[in-house]
Amino acid sequence: MIQIPKPITLPHFKLAAKTTNNLSQRLQSPPTMFRRFLCRASTTTMRSWRRPFSTDLSAETSADSKFVEAWRKAIPNVEPPKTPSAFMATRPSTPSSIPSKLTVNFVLPYSSQLSAKEVDMVIIPATTGQMGVLPGHVATIAELKPGVLSVHEGNDTTKYFVSGGFAFVHANSFADIIAIEAVPLDRIDPNLVQKGLTDFTQKLSTASTDVEKAEAQIGVDVHSALNAALTG
Amino acid sequence: MASNAAAPFWRSAGMTYITYSNLCANLLRNCLKEPYKSDALSREKVHYTISKWENGKPQKPTIRSDTPEE
Repeated sequence: MIQIPKPITLPHFKLAAKTTNNLSQRLQSPPTMFRRFLCRASTTTMRSWRRPFSTDLSAETSADSKFVEAWRKAIPNVEPPKTPSAFMATRPSTPSSIPSKLTVNFVLPYSSQLSAKEVDMVIIPATTGQMGVLPGHVATIAELKPGVLSVHEGNDTTKYFVSGGFAFVHANSFADIIAIEAVPLDRIDPNLVQKGLTDFTQKLSTASTDVEKAEAQIGVDVHSALNAALTG
Repeated sequence: MASNAAAPFWRSAGMTYITYSNLCANLLRNCLKEPYKSDALSREKVHYTISKWENGKPQKPTIRSDTPEE
């Protein structure tokens, strides 16, 4: 979303000497060049405020400054609009020492189960297997499969059965876990799980089309994961 | 571009990720204990009206109350 630049009050031709407002004092260029260079958050201050030694921010800033340079060359009278990256908070820098706790945000489409909770470890059911995430974990994006998510805080462990989703671990020890449906294990009915498992195993053997086979296979996967969660 | 990973079985069967994940979520909801199960299923109910258009005019709308069961 580009911010529409405010109309400039200065006239467009060489009357810089005649401007009576304070803007004339802020003109950095000589009066013959009537380019107005306002120091606003959208231009240099934002860029210089970004931490200089974050190695992963350089791409963003150079793209922004190239745009600003090109704009100034083409349209010197109008202040460059803010690019979307000017509205985004800068990516938090990777701290130099590993933090002692992992901050977890665990959200569902209809509610937020954990919001910026500081924990010691979470074990997430990624498609590549159970993944333990500790503070200082490398930045990762993991797709989740139906399985158990466990949150370890001191001596307490909270377990949820997650139907699927994604987990994003950031370099600064923040983890965002997004699930479509997640329930604490005690809300699962073992009888329904068993019944579902036998139903789908039967459907799998009688399935004929690809779609039916896929659906039956998914059913078997989910119910066996539920079974394992309840017994394990 | 070479494909990096073999497609998951549901993708090769023609199912999209959204269909797959919604299916998994529904299967999970159907295995819940009673008060939670009816809460979850009622939360996921969708109601909408559809009007088909013909010759630039909307026809009579139909109301669909779609339960999340497959």
